[in-house]
Amino acid sequence: MSSPALHRSTAPDPSVLPVALGVGLSKSFGATRALSDVSVCVHPGEIRALVGRNGAGKSTLVSLLTGMTVPDSGTIEFLGVAAPAPHARELWQSKVACVYQHPKIIPTLSCAENLFLGANMRRRKLLSWGKMRREAHEILDHWGVAIDVTAPAGTLTVGQRQLLEIARAVLAGSRFVILDEPTAKLDGKEVERLFTHLKKLQGEGVGILFISHHIEEIFEICQTVTVLRDGRKTLDRATQGLSKAELLEAMVGNVCAERPLAGTRSSEDRAAARLEVKRLSCRGFFEDITFDVRAGECVGIAGLAGSGKEAIGEVLAGLKAPDGGSMHLDGVRLPGGDVPKHNRAGVGFVPSDRQREGLVLGLSLADNATMAIPDRLGYAGFISPAALSKTSRRMIQDLDIKTSGPTQPVGSLSGGNQQKVVFARALARDPGVLVLINPTSGVDVASRIALFHAIIQAANRGAAVLIISDELEELQICHRIGVLRSGHLTKEFVPPWQHNDLIAAMEGIGP
Amino acid sequence: MNNTSLSPADLKRALNPMKLKVSSIALIPAVVLLLIIGSFANDAFLLPANLLTILQQSSILALLVLAESLVLITGKFDLSLESTVGLAPMIGGWLVTSAAIGGSGWMVNPYLAIAATLGLGLLIGAFNGFLIVKLGLNAFIVTLSMLILLRGITLGLASGKTLYDLPDELTYLGSAVWAGIPASIWICGILFALGAFLMRYHRYGRAIYAIGGNAEAARAAGIRVERVTWIVFIVASLLAALAGLLLCGRLGAITAQQGSNMIFTTFAAAVIGGISLNGGKGSLGGALMGVLLLGIVTNILTLSQIASFWIDATFGAIILVAQSLVRLTGGERSQS
Repeated sequence: MSSPALHRSTAPDPSVLPVALGVGLSKSFGATRALSDVSVCVHPGEIRALVGRNGAGKSTLVSLLTGMTVPDSGTIEFLGVAAPAPHARELWQSKVACVYQHPKIIPTLSCAENLFLGANMRRRKLLSWGKMRREAHEILDHWGVAIDVTAPAGTLTVGQRQLLEIARAVLAGSRFVILDEPTAKLDGKEVERLFTHLKKLQGEGVGILFISHHIEEIFEICQTVTVLRDGRKTLDRATQGLSKAELLEAMVGNVCAERPLAGTRSSEDRAAARLEVKRLSCRGFFEDITFDVRAGECVGIAGLAGSGKEAIGEVLAGLKAPDGGSMHLDGVRLPGGDVPKHNRAGVGFVPSDRQREGLVLGLSLADNATMAIPDRLGYAGFISPAALSKTSRRMIQDLDIKTSGPTQPVGSLSGGNQQKVVFARALARDPGVLVLINPTSGVDVASRIALFHAIIQAANRGAAVLIISDELEELQICHRIGVLRSGHLTKEFVPPWQHNDLIAAMEGIGP
Repeated sequence: MNNTSLSPADLKRALNPMKLKVSSIALIPAVVLLLIIGSFANDAFLLPANLLTILQQSSILALLVLAESLVLITGKFDLSLESTVGLAPMIGGWLVTSAAIGGSGWMVNPYLAIAATLGLGLLIGAFNGFLIVKLGLNAFIVTLSMLILLRGITLGLASGKTLYDLPDELTYLGSAVWAGIPASIWICGILFALGAFLMRYHRYGRAIYAIGGNAEAARAAGIRVERVTWIVFIVASLLAALAGLLLCGRLGAITAQQGSNMIFTTFAAAVIGGISLNGGKGSLGGALMGVLLLGIVTNILTLSQIASFWIDATFGAIILVAQSLVRLTGGERSQS
C-alpha cells in the first residue's frame, strides 16, 4: 500500500480507495420503489457478486452505477472522486464499463476498430490503420484472445466478443467493470477462459461487479457478495464460509427453496411412446437422430452451444423443415416446417431466447399468451375480449405470473414472469408433447421452481416432455438423457448419473 | 403491482377498449383546438358545407393512410402506394376513353374498367409482396423502385396527357352523394371502422401487430408471417387503387400525375397519428386523427388565403412538433 508519486498532494492513494462506492442509493420509478438505501463498495482487485431474483433491483443498481439513471438519493464515487454529471457519457465511460449479456459490439467493423471505438479513438488525431492493428494485436495478445484483428467482430464467438468488450473498457481507463450475466450464453470451456481473464484483471487491480444466476460460479470466482431482494440489500459479506442455503435465503426470503426434483411419475411402466422421432436429419445442424418420449416421461437432450440441439427443438416445433426422417405424435405424422400444423397436432414449444423468439414485448400479456390459440377465443377468427380476459386470467393464476393484469405489456414484466408467459402459450393447447429449449435460463430461483412445477404437472397430465438444455439443473428432472455432440446423439444416461460424466460426454471428453 | 388477485371490476376497467385506445384519442384535443382556431380564422369554417369539404378532401388521403398504416404496423414500408393511385385508375380510364384524347379507343365496358382498376391494385400488391416476402428484398427499395416504375408506366400510357370524358360509372363513387354526404366519406368511414375493428378483434389484426412487434416470435407462435405480410401488401395496394378511383371520380379526369407526392403526406399523417415506423405499434383510430388534423390545417390555411406553397412547409413543421411533443410529454409510448 505504498503511495506512488502523486501529482497533487490532495489526491488520495488510489490503491486503497474503492474503485466504485455507492452509498445509500435509492431510486423510484413512479410508485415502484426499485431500490432503497443500497450501498455497495468494490475495491481494487475485488470480484464482488451481485445477486438477486429478477426484479430485485440489480438492473437499477447497474444503471445507477453506469450513469444511465440518476439516483433519487445517495452518492456514487469512483476512486474517491464523485461521479461525473449525468450527461457526461465520455467521463462515465472512463470510470466504469458494463458488459451486458448480449455484447454490444459493431459486428460489421473489424475487431481492431471495435477496440478503438469512441473514446479510445478520439485520443489520436489521424487514424493510422497499421498502428491501430498492431496495438490491437498486442492488447488482444495480452488477453490471450487468439483472433484476427482485421476480421469483422461479428465473426467472433460470444465469449470472444465479451473479452473484446472487457478489453475495450479497460483500454478506456476504466478500473471498474460490471459484468451482467456474462456466462449465460457461454459453454463450459468459455466460462473457464472468461474466469482466467477475470483473475488476470483482478491481479491488475481492476474491481469487478459480477452478476450471475449461477450460485456455483459466485463461489468459484467472487470474494464478496451483495444480495438484493425487493430493492433492499439483504446480505453483504465475504463468500468464504457462506453456505448456499444462507445465500438462497437472502435471495428469496422465506420462500421455500427446495427443488422439485424427481417429481414426475416414473416411466418404468413403459407407457406407449407419444413422440417418436426416427432418423431425423436437418442439414448443417444434426443427423440421423432417433428417440422417443412416452406419456408422462421427461427426456433430456444435453448438448453444448453449437451441438445442434436447438435445431432439434425447432424442427419439432415446425420452425425448421427437416431434410430426412420422420416425427410422429401419437402415431400421427408431423409434416415438418409448418408451425401452426405442429401446434394444432399437439406440440407445445418454448424457444431458447424469449426476447428474440418467444415474445412480442410491446404487446400485452394476454395477446402473447394466447397468440397460438385464436381459434379458441371466438368464431371465424374473431377474438372475444371476454374469452381473452378469461383465458389469460386463468393462465396468470395457473403459472402464478406476477402482473398488474392481462393488459400489461409483456416487456415490462420481469424475466421470470416473461418466461412464464412463454410457458403459458406452450401449454395453452394442453399439448401432447412439450418441447423446451433451455426453459429456465436467465430466470430467478423462485420463478425457476414455478416453471419446474409447470413442467412436472404437464408430464403428470400425460404429456411427453422433451428438455433440450445444457444446464444440469434443468436436466436433473429427466428420466433419460441423450447427449448430442456435433449433431449426433452419442450417449444415453439414465439416473443416477454423475454430473461429471454427463459434462464429459457433452464436451466430448473421455471414453 | 405484484398482485394477481384482481377484482373483476379491475379487469373490466383494464380491458375496456376505450382505455386501451388512448393513443387514438391523444390527438383529439389538438383537433378540437384547430377547430376553434379555424372558427376564429374564418366565419365560413364551421359551416357544414366546409366541414364536409374537409372530410371529402381528406377521404382520399385517409384511404392511403389506412393502407400505409397496415403496412407500417406489420413492420414494412410501401412507398409505391402513390403511384398505384395514379396507375390503377389510369388503366381503367385508358380502357374506356377514345384514342382521340389519349385512351385506348377500345371503349371497354365501364364496370370491367372498374374491375381492372381494382384488379391492378391487387396485382401490384401481390407483386410487391412477392419481391419482399418471397425473395426477401428490402421493402424500402422494392417499393421505391415500384413508385418510379409505376409512375413511369402511367406517364407513358397517357403520353403525359390528362384523360377526361370518363363514363359516369367510373366516376360514380368519387362524385356520388349518399344521404347528403359524399360517398367517398361513407366509404372511407366504413373501411376505417371495419379496419379498426378487425385490427382489434380479429386474429389477422392481432397477427399484424405481433409480426410488426417481433416477426420471429410471431412465427414461433404459429402465425403465418409470410402469408399475413403478403396479404397486407395486397390489401394496401387495393386500397390505393380504390383511393385512385375515388380521386378521379371527384375530379372527373385522370392526370398522369395523379397521386404524385401523396406518399409524404401519407407518412406524415400516419406518424402524427402515432403509427410507429418500427412496426407493431399504433392504431388506425390514431392514424385517422392524423389525417383529420392535416385536413383541417390545410383547410384553415386555404381559407386564410395563405399561398398553397406554404402548406407543405406547415406539414413538415407539424410532424416535427408532434413528434417532439410525444417525446417530451411521455417518451414512453411503448409502455402505454
